[in-house]
Amino acid sequence: MSAPRPWHSPLESVLLPTLALAGALLLFGLFVALAGKSPIEAWTLLFKGAFGDAFSWQNTLQRAAPLMLTALAVALPARAGLTVIGGEGALVLGALACAGLPYVTGLPGNWVGSLMVLIAAAVAGAVWVALAGALRQWRGVNETISSLLLGYIAIALFKHFVEGPMRDPASLNKPSTRPLDEALRIGPIIPGGSIDSWLGDVHWGLVWGLALCVIVGLWLSFTAHGFSLRVVGGNARAARLVGLPTDRLIVVACAAGGACAGLAGGLEVAAVHTAANASLIAGLGYTGILVSFVARHNPWAIPPVAILFGGFGAAGSLLQRRLELPDASVLVLQGFAFVFILATEALRGKLFGWPMPSVLKLRLTPVVKGSAA
Amino acid sequence: MTGDAWVDLLLAIIGGAVRVGTPFLFVSLGECLTEKSGRINLGLEGVLVFSAMVGFGGSYLTGSPWLGVLAAGLSGALLALLHGLLCSLPRVSDIATGIALMLLGAGLAFYFGKPLIQPQAAQIPSLALGAWSSSPQVQSALSINALFPIGLVLAFLMAWGFGNTRWGLVVRMAGDSSDAARALGYSVNGVRIAATCAGGFIAGLGGASLSLYYPGSWNEGLSSGQGLIAVALVIFARWSPVRCLLAALLFGGAGAIGPALQSVGVTGGYYLYNAMPYALTLAILIATCSPKRSIKGAPMELGVSK
Repeated sequence: MSAPRPWHSPLESVLLPTLALAGALLLFGLFVALAGKSPIEAWTLLFKGAFGDAFSWQNTLQRAAPLMLTALAVALPARAGLTVIGGEGALVLGALACAGLPYVTGLPGNWVGSLMVLIAAAVAGAVWVALAGALRQWRGVNETISSLLLGYIAIALFKHFVEGPMRDPASLNKPSTRPLDEALRIGPIIPGGSIDSWLGDVHWGLVWGLALCVIVGLWLSFTAHGFSLRVVGGNARAARLVGLPTDRLIVVACAAGGACAGLAGGLEVAAVHTAANASLIAGLGYTGILVSFVARHNPWAIPPVAILFGGFGAAGSLLQRRLELPDASVLVLQGFAFVFILATEALRGKLFGWPMPSVLKLRLTPVVKGSAA
Repeated sequence: MTGDAWVDLLLAIIGGAVRVGTPFLFVSLGECLTEKSGRINLGLEGVLVFSAMVGFGGSYLTGSPWLGVLAAGLSGALLALLHGLLCSLPRVSDIATGIALMLLGAGLAFYFGKPLIQPQAAQIPSLALGAWSSSPQVQSALSINALFPIGLVLAFLMAWGFGNTRWGLVVRMAGDSSDAARALGYSVNGVRIAATCAGGFIAGLGGASLSLYYPGSWNEGLSSGQGLIAVALVIFARWSPVRCLLAALLFGGAGAIGPALQSVGVTGGYYLYNAMPYALTLAILIATCSPKRSIKGAPMELGVSK
């Protein structure tokens, strides 16, 4: 066995997920082949549809923006030691709050108003996920189960309001809330951007997503508060012994995560759908869980992973059109990726120290010893 | 509402308790077995969706609902086997694996289930326990899913088995003290994989009940969290199969309130009534859990009770 080197751990953190994704893609290819389609073509389409041209880049980045935020909703509590998966619920409630604020109060028709609807979205998400954290700290309720249950309740509330009290009578086929005032909407990053450029009409949600990943990354790495959070996540008992306010830190982490997911819902309303309706319940919260796990709950790794999975999502319709695969094939790929990510976790720390077959060991022993010294 | 309407509502809820409660019963029994061995399988939600699809497909292709039920059970066992194997790897958490399985099960079910959305499949027969009555309401309330008696027997069989058979004791030992199990020469991982796999089979029967009895068709919104509720029910039932039965009936009743009210003409707040089981589950978890002590009856090695 060779001694661990300082570069082993970070290299592993890149290699293991890459290995896992490669495995998932390989299995997906086999799956496609079983359906009588060409796996090579499926892989090609997957990458073409995601990153092939300016149009697919726009689609990919549009989808990646909310994924970054829903991934943060999993990553932040995870760094505090909790497995909270309430992103979907926080997202739909955020969307509801964003679309609902104009119902209760008049808003200035400028960026202040936009900011207010987004804040409403973030607050709604924060409260929802903080609830799961609080229940766990003060009542001992398993946070994974409670956050999922809260998610279903959130979706029921969402449907109740969108199809009941808040329904816009003008929305006939698809029940929706009243569309957000033109002045409150979030526009593209480049106003009037050419659709031929890769950033095209990508909206400001991408900037929000990237900025929050950076802010959370800096917060966790360079502030005392973020450090205490990581201590709590590493060993809650030790954290309590050194006098850290464990309960408060955990609830704050959940609230911050929920705020991100709620913001994602607000941005989807303000920038994409213009009103709250059933299109928002698209599993963005669930894909966010996967993104966070692939990124190992590391905010710096979330943006590239979110772009990758946003890309696979974007390529879904191409797979459907060209290979006539069901639209759920992307979900299958995501499921494979999740399983492989967990399985490769077992290889951590072993990648550079494979127990060698005894034949090799006999022959190589002197060399290995020499290199390890 | 008049007196008659109240009686109708009550009958509809009782009938619904069995109809809606049957999938809860099977999933919670499956989860009970898994958790007794010391692992939690949140992925039973995925197992439920996947096995519902396979059961429907099996019945559609063979024309026999019981072959569909068998296929559903086997597919559930297969997916749960994946959970059992993954969790046996070092550093792999059962909670995270459960989440992965939830996504994978749903993805596979939607993928293979696409062509099954339109067709009709042979349904599980119902037992007409209300044939003695002349009232159609009573008859429809007491016409019972033929899988339900199987679940009933299974609940009592499991309760007896955990206390009185070698296998039951080994499973409980793996769940309460892996050291003791190891000392007696049992492979803890082996026992847990077997228990998870068998639990998946039982949960798969619940999936068949969804697609082959009530609601009795396959669509992508067939299970929305019933599997997860059933997992939470096991905590409420404090890991006793017989209490799982009672909890499943209670939840079936709660889940039947929405449709029952609709059938007597109350339509407002449809979604809120449908959210009742989730809210009730959460309320029960809040009431039964405590941060100070682990819940009575919880397997010692179980993460969820720590």
